[in-house]
Amino acid sequence: MALLEIKNLHGGIRDLEILKGIDLSINEGEVHAIMGPNGSGKSTLSKVLSGHEEYAPTSGEVIYKGQDLLDMTPEDRAKEGVFLAFQYPVEIPGVSNAYFLRTAINERRVYDGKEEMSAGDFLRHMRAKMKLVDMDEALANRPVNEDFSGGEKKRNEIFHMAVLEPTLSILDETDSGLDIDALKVVSYGINQQRSEKNAMIVITHYQRLLDYVVPDFVHVMFEGRIVKSGTKELALELEERGYDWIREETTAAG
Amino acid sequence: MDSVEQLAEQEYKWGFTTDIETDTIPRGLTEETVRIISAKKNEPEFMLEWRLKAYKHWLTLKNPEWAYLDYPPIDYQDIIYYAAPSNTPLYNSLDEVDPELLETYEKLGIPLEEQKMLAGVAVDAVFDSVSVATTFREELKKQGIIFSSFSEAAQEHPDLIEKYLGSVVPYRDNFFAALNAAVFSDGSFVYIPPGVRCPMELSTYFRINAVDTGQFERTLIVADEGAYVSYLEGCTAPMRDKNQLHAAVVELVAHKDAQIKYSTVQNWYPGDKEGKGGIYNFVTKRGLCEGQNSKISWTQVETGSAITWKYPSCILKGDRSIGEFYSVALTNNHQVADTGTKMIHVGKDTKSTIVSKGISAGVGQNIYRGLVNVLKKADGARNYTQCDSMLIGDRCGAHTFPYIDVSNSTANVEHEASTARISEDQLFYCKTRGISTEDAISMIINGFCKEVFQELPMEFAVEAKKLLGISLEGSVG
Ligand SMILES: Nc1ncnc2c1ncn2[C@@H]1O[C@H](COP(=O)(O)OP(=O)(O)OP(=O)(O)O)[C@@H](O)[C@H]1O
Ligand SMILES: [Mg+2]
Repeated sequence: MALLEIKNLHGGIRDLEILKGIDLSINEGEVHAIMGPNGSGKSTLSKVLSGHEEYAPTSGEVIYKGQDLLDMTPEDRAKEGVFLAFQYPVEIPGVSNAYFLRTAINERRVYDGKEEMSAGDFLRHMRAKMKLVDMDEALANRPVNEDFSGGEKKRNEIFHMAVLEPTLSILDETDSGLDIDALKVVSYGINQQRSEKNAMIVITHYQRLLDYVVPDFVHVMFEGRIVKSGTKELALELEERGYDWIREETTAAG
Repeated sequence: MDSVEQLAEQEYKWGFTTDIETDTIPRGLTEETVRIISAKKNEPEFMLEWRLKAYKHWLTLKNPEWAYLDYPPIDYQDIIYYAAPSNTPLYNSLDEVDPELLETYEKLGIPLEEQKMLAGVAVDAVFDSVSVATTFREELKKQGIIFSSFSEAAQEHPDLIEKYLGSVVPYRDNFFAALNAAVFSDGSFVYIPPGVRCPMELSTYFRINAVDTGQFERTLIVADEGAYVSYLEGCTAPMRDKNQLHAAVVELVAHKDAQIKYSTVQNWYPGDKEGKGGIYNFVTKRGLCEGQNSKISWTQVETGSAITWKYPSCILKGDRSIGEFYSVALTNNHQVADTGTKMIHVGKDTKSTIVSKGISAGVGQNIYRGLVNVLKKADGARNYTQCDSMLIGDRCGAHTFPYIDVSNSTANVEHEASTARISEDQLFYCKTRGISTEDAISMIINGFCKEVFQELPMEFAVEAKKLLGISLEGSVG
């Protein structure tokens, strides 16, 4: 059974239908890249999957680990291992990154019926993950994302992912805003977390991320649908030819 | 925004009443009422005279009308001014106290039992109008510290009471101060002799139990030269659908090199979701830094009451004296808090710090009203004020009125203010990390209040955090 099975998913915001029938199946161990022009619905899909109240599914289903994902609260989805790295991470003033993550880890552990992590254990765990994404000690102790630079915010998202060790990660344009060195570091961090047991959806506009984080599958999203799927070569083709030919193919077919 | 907009389903957890016999006097306020109260307390003559002067002065005053305080007129003839659990002579030990009463304190979590006493908290518990149990007094007595109910102090230490009563908050000060002076039924008195550092936190819990009683307690704390004391005050009241009046007066006097730290956690019944019932908390608190190098700090966490009207203030008379005010005020549902401080710089090189954190949820209104007054001779006076507001949802309000009045050109007065709102996006972000709305809010609020919580004694800080959580329960999604 697939880890995540999306079937004919429709949904959007208020009366606006943005997702118009998404089908996608993801197995453990796979990395799926989703590409597509601006406004095609990629971020909307990530929000529906992570349970944003304003982005409601209207029909279709999403099965995650054999459970109805759409029926779960956003925090329960997170505790079941779904993680969203935001395209635009928000700032949480007054709450240190470390404290925030420790709360998050412990909520999940309590949910799993495990004991809370001690401060010492958490610190060790966090330090190890900081190395993974070359995270500055200062950033770990500063309030979550407050006054972080654009690139630091993105790096922080991957740091959160590393600390929380999710099963299904959705990375929404994590590469945008990163300088070349940071892109390498972040990609390395992402790759370190690839395993047989977990899966990733990587939303991006650029091949350069996929040079480092090599996907098993590439999908093209267009006007709320996945209109083309392929392997990593598809991304190279998109890089070369743009989206026009997809647009033509789709309108011709539709 | 609908999850943020949802109103509180909160339950007031201290809303039980205690079924014990009470000795009350008839409703209403006349000269006779004042005489009865004084007689019941067996007070020395000067006290009665002082009360009567206050009463006569009160008759000439009008109920104050404040811009942001909108409440129906209080009928002062409909209040019972004295209510005491009957059979309450002076107790020698806790065993003699009515078990029901002790049970009430249990429920309140007041550390009256032996083991908790060993933890080092001495308690002077005021139940309605009389002080029922004062623990640890003997222990303190050895060091010359006086910690007793006001009534006892009036009999045992009339000299001290006569000297200090009304010396910081005269009965002429304001409407409620005059009323309190006339009818106050009990409270706490603390005296720390020169050079003594009080070895434990002193604490008082107030509780309004009887129906239609007003509570008018009076606290007087004197730290003599070089003395130190930390005093904790906590309050609860049962749930009643009628409003109850609480008009307390607190006076602090710090002599040369002395230091008083006064912490309050106030969670009087705030009224229900529709704004029915709740305590009117109209309190006058003032400290006098009488001697040089003295220091008074007020720390308050105000989560209860329907209306709070309270400005713990410092008169910085001694040269190089220091005044501090750290406040967290939370209003949910229909609560209104109008609070702040006054720092009056009289002496040279006096210093004051004001940190005010206002949190509003539901349709709650939070008002910071502060005055920094630097008098002519206060060379080198310094003040730093920081006023932060946090809004939860978009139907609540925060207002700040920082008044600054400086008559000395060498003074340095700084003011910073900020307003933040907990957004739906922040809450969603937390949820995607597995943190529920409630935990997210309490995390954000705790971060917001950190500077104030740091000032509270450890156990109080823990309690305050819990209280904020409870008070905000259901205020969002
Ligand atoms: N809250 C909203 N209100 C109105 N329209 C919205 C809202 N959120 C998304 N949309 C619209 O839905 C469409 C899809 O947006 P979405 O953010 O999912 O696109 P995207 O594929 O992530 O684009 P990009 O590559 O630019 O990030 C856009 O046309 C956008 O304007
Ligand atoms: Mg997007």
